[in-house]
Amino acid sequence: MVQENIVIEMRDITKQFGTFKANDKINLQVKAGEIHALLGENGAGKSTLMNVLSGLLEPTAGEILMHGNKVEITSPTKANQLGIGMVHQHFMLVDAFTVTENIILGSEPNHGGVLDRKKARNEIQKLSEQYGLSVNPDAYVRDISVGMEQRVEILKTLYRGADVLIFDEPTAVLTPQEIDELIVIMKELVKEGKSIILITHKLEEIKAVADRCTVIRRGQGIGTVNVKDVTSQQLADMMVGRTVSFKTQKKAAEPKEVVLSIDHLTVKENRGLEAVKELSLDVRAGEVVGIAGIDGNGQSELIQALTGLRKVESGTIFLRDENITNKKPRKITEAGVGHVPEDRHKYGLVLDMTLSENIGLQTYYQKAYRKNGLLNYTVMNEHARQLIEEYDVRTTSELVAAKALSGGNQQKAIIAREIDRDPDLLIVANPTRGLDVGAIEFIHKRLIEQRDKQKAVLLISFELEEILNVSDRIAVIHQGEIVGIVDPKATSENELGLLMAGYSLEEARRELEKAGDAHE
Amino acid sequence: MDTLELIALILTSTLVYSTPLILTSLGGTFSERSGIVNVGLEGIMVMGAFSAVVFNLTMSSSLGAMTPWIAIIVGGIVGVVFSLFHAVATVSLRADHIISGTVVNLMAPALGVFLIKAWYGKGQTDNISQNLGYFSFPGLSDIPIIGPILFKNTFLPAYCAILIAVLAWFIIFKTKFGLRLRSVGENPQAADTLGINVYAMRYSGVLISGLLGGMGGAVFAQSISGNFSAGTIVGQGFISMAAMIFGKWNPLGAMGASLFFGFAQSLSIIGAQLPVISAVPPVLLQIAPYLLTIIVLVAFFGKASGPKANGKNYIKTK
Amino acid sequence: MNDRSEKIRNLLVPVLSVILGLILGAILMAAFGYQPIQGYSSMLDAALGTQRGIGETLRQATPLIFTALGFSVANSAGFFNIGLSGQALCGWVVSVWVALAFPELPKVILLPFCIILGALAGAVAAAIPGFLRAFFGTSEVIVTIMLNYIFLYLSTFGLHEIMPASYRSSLDSSNTISQSASLRLPWLTQMFGGSRVNAGLFLALIALVVVWLLMKKTTLGFEIRSVGLNPFASEYAGMSSKRTIILSMVISGALAGLGGVVEGLGTYQNFFVQTTSLTIGFDGMAVSLLGSGSAIGILLSAVLFSILKIGGLGMQTGAGVPFEIVNVSIALIIFFVGINFLIRLMMAKFFGGKKQEEAVVTVEAKPANQNQEGGEL
Repeated sequence: MVQENIVIEMRDITKQFGTFKANDKINLQVKAGEIHALLGENGAGKSTLMNVLSGLLEPTAGEILMHGNKVEITSPTKANQLGIGMVHQHFMLVDAFTVTENIILGSEPNHGGVLDRKKARNEIQKLSEQYGLSVNPDAYVRDISVGMEQRVEILKTLYRGADVLIFDEPTAVLTPQEIDELIVIMKELVKEGKSIILITHKLEEIKAVADRCTVIRRGQGIGTVNVKDVTSQQLADMMVGRTVSFKTQKKAAEPKEVVLSIDHLTVKENRGLEAVKELSLDVRAGEVVGIAGIDGNGQSELIQALTGLRKVESGTIFLRDENITNKKPRKITEAGVGHVPEDRHKYGLVLDMTLSENIGLQTYYQKAYRKNGLLNYTVMNEHARQLIEEYDVRTTSELVAAKALSGGNQQKAIIAREIDRDPDLLIVANPTRGLDVGAIEFIHKRLIEQRDKQKAVLLISFELEEILNVSDRIAVIHQGEIVGIVDPKATSENELGLLMAGYSLEEARRELEKAGDAHE
Repeated sequence: MDTLELIALILTSTLVYSTPLILTSLGGTFSERSGIVNVGLEGIMVMGAFSAVVFNLTMSSSLGAMTPWIAIIVGGIVGVVFSLFHAVATVSLRADHIISGTVVNLMAPALGVFLIKAWYGKGQTDNISQNLGYFSFPGLSDIPIIGPILFKNTFLPAYCAILIAVLAWFIIFKTKFGLRLRSVGENPQAADTLGINVYAMRYSGVLISGLLGGMGGAVFAQSISGNFSAGTIVGQGFISMAAMIFGKWNPLGAMGASLFFGFAQSLSIIGAQLPVISAVPPVLLQIAPYLLTIIVLVAFFGKASGPKANGKNYIKTK
Repeated sequence: MNDRSEKIRNLLVPVLSVILGLILGAILMAAFGYQPIQGYSSMLDAALGTQRGIGETLRQATPLIFTALGFSVANSAGFFNIGLSGQALCGWVVSVWVALAFPELPKVILLPFCIILGALAGAVAAAIPGFLRAFFGTSEVIVTIMLNYIFLYLSTFGLHEIMPASYRSSLDSSNTISQSASLRLPWLTQMFGGSRVNAGLFLALIALVVVWLLMKKTTLGFEIRSVGLNPFASEYAGMSSKRTIILSMVISGALAGLGGVVEGLGTYQNFFVQTTSLTIGFDGMAVSLLGSGSAIGILLSAVLFSILKIGGLGMQTGAGVPFEIVNVSIALIIFFVGINFLIRLMMAKFFGGKKQEEAVVTVEAKPANQNQEGGEL
């Protein structure tokens, strides 16, 4: 058998944190010039494995070989010297620096300590043209688009002479169109002789671009397959360990009266520009309306306006017949609105307080929790215990600090708190971010349950799959406006992608027809 | 006195009172650019003042006119040593930056007075004989109009401080060291992934602030107070921090802001000799620098944003 | 992570910090030719050896309890109030001034009146940085320190220029207040050998209980803690960060003001020009940090610090050791509390083995998140 050129081999890699084995004897072989996908759920251990390869972590056991020779990758610098570069999921960029400064940081061209900016610019320009990675060298990172940020991250690795590039969940923040561009870039890199390791949990991407795929589950390597020899379903089953159903079971929606009525809402963001522009939308009792869109198109400001945390410049928000425009958050909550915020650590929980106090965070001031003017912790704790059991929140007790719980359980606690108040309108933002499949299933079930109880649910998410799965109607937001409302059963990810990029519904449909014709 | 003399007086007093602030605010800039808040600058100034005075009293007979200048360097070195405590506590031992800085501020006057009592048997030193007097630039002071104002009987350390400010600006924005220092204050994790030693950079930032703060205290003691006691440094360290914020963590900005605050401080001393100002009740002039500091800080609402990772301890996961 | 070992470590940190601070102080004394043993025994002698000494120690602890409580309430709200000296000074000046202005009123009216106005003065003084932080995001660290100096100079100005001459007994001090405004209790004074201990002590103990109740059992306390730990989630939960911050500063300032009130109406019975910021300000902060902000902790720390302070005077007279060594030791103690990570690590290493050590390094050591700008709202 011909031994093809294996660039990287990770043998029996084990990484232990205390008693927890993040990687358990994993084997990985990457051939020269291939795009090798690393598939696994959140928390499966893929990032850990790549952190070992890129020098950020030291393995507890096992060895790494490059071109057949054993190497010790003790730091990111060492990894860079060996030609391994990491394109991080959460970009490691300094917002206050320019693109050039970010790329050269740590390997600066200089004369006796003084920076040689001209040389830096020239080198970056050359690399940029060679690999088709267009960037603006003098722009400040805080001002550039997410797509450009990613290109800067890629250039960082190429500037340091990377031959093996590791992409960690690169498409999490990109539009479908930007994802297509990235796929072109990756294929270009491979043509120029690079090898790519792609960490992802998105099956479509693996099918679109990878040559081979290694599946990791709960810290262990499950197997390596040729991508064209397997189906997405097979990959999914390997990833999860059981047959996965892609669609949540639900009966058809029967929406009744309007619960939330947003009319020509205009909201400004922090710098004074309009983030939400004359937006109008209705949500009825008994339906889930999903708002799809790329992060930064007004979703945050919309949610803040609906929950009373941001001023409404013009327009109205009605909850049934009550005008809740510009009312205080507590009044809105009391009027019947529940809210699961997008960043549970920052906005949803006070991590250092007990789980019980967090569950009581919205209701602690009410009469039921008082006794002789003081807080009645007995009642609060009892209530918490009840909800913990009902929602299957895994914790040793309600008196444990919230920070001790896993992400999934924290989210369950927040959802328990909000749904328990029986709100007429439930607003959820990115509810399943960072959670494993089990928790995701649980939460989606609960949202549909609410809808079946004739409540209104407004779901804002950056995950198209989630939107398509859960919503009864999908509204696409772009630059603060709703550019189209579609039926999830009748639309496609491509159509949604175009809408998210700003096309109107007719334009999007025309584009897709054209593309469809072109494929004939 | 005539207008020219008046202007010269104002300018020179401003330079005298600004110099300690310039030096210390530059120190604060280096520290905070690397991400370590250093409220202990007040205490470092105290140690700088203390060591300079003690050195001056001890060595003035042998070193003569050079004494105060060497004492400034001594003050700087003592500042470095003292700031090491803050550096170790915040960078390596994860202490709260503000608490650690406050410890420095509590320790310095206590230690200083303790040592004074141990060595001299009283709570306040004698006055130094060799102070940083006035200096006239040869030749330059004869230029009409600007000569008498800028170059005659002026305060030489001020010009040195201004030069140091320019040098600091160059280092922070034009050199490899400066780029890495700033990266560590903005996004230490990113810097870490690029192989930069976050701990080492932060130590440098704090130690440099110790050097400059100590020098600032040394200049203050040898030009303004003339001796050392518990009441030598009263808030100058904090005013320097305000100057740093006012100057947006840019050495040249900090210098400008320090000149402004120095001007305010000098008014309370020379105010009686100036028209208009002499009519203002002295207490107002006394509280003016402090009040001004507050007003300046308030006016910077929303615009004052320092290095992004300032004040946050960095912990490496391995 | 072992919950029990964490609790033990929490208790041991202050104890070890004190021991280390005192040991280092002793080393410093020895290094300059003083006798540490003689020094510390004079200290204990002066502070606890006589009835009078104990009285003075209790008297010294009284304002420290107030300022420490003031610091801890603000700290719970995420606010670093180092303006305690200025706020205490306001309380002192106002309470004495009012006492001098209405000497004829009966005690049952005048005394509470002076106390309340003194507390109010402190509250107003602290409301300023609270307001600035809530509405402008201004750093309270610098503002409170600047206010300390402003109040200091204004208080001197007030005594010299604004106070009616009839209130002054000399250039730099006011008259003694009348009995009807005094916190002194004859039986207390007698019990403790003629020291200046006064009813303020009882007020302080009551304050300890009240503040404990407030923080642990009321909705306001809940809100203060919540806003201090996570202002964002608190806003989402319907709390007003702005209102809570200002309220917590008002309470903090009132407590500091009471610290000044007991100095004015209890300890000194008058007001005189101050040359530096009141020491009970920073000392109160030290007491709170050492006591980990808890009621019992503050009580014990306040007594300990008072022993050091009163004893320190005795050390100077009895063993010739400069009084400042006490302040050096206090700074060292707080330093060790600040780097408690090291102490926890040492303890885990010696008593817990590798697993404990790892727990301390990764889990227990929370990265501190303080912004000199005072944090965002």
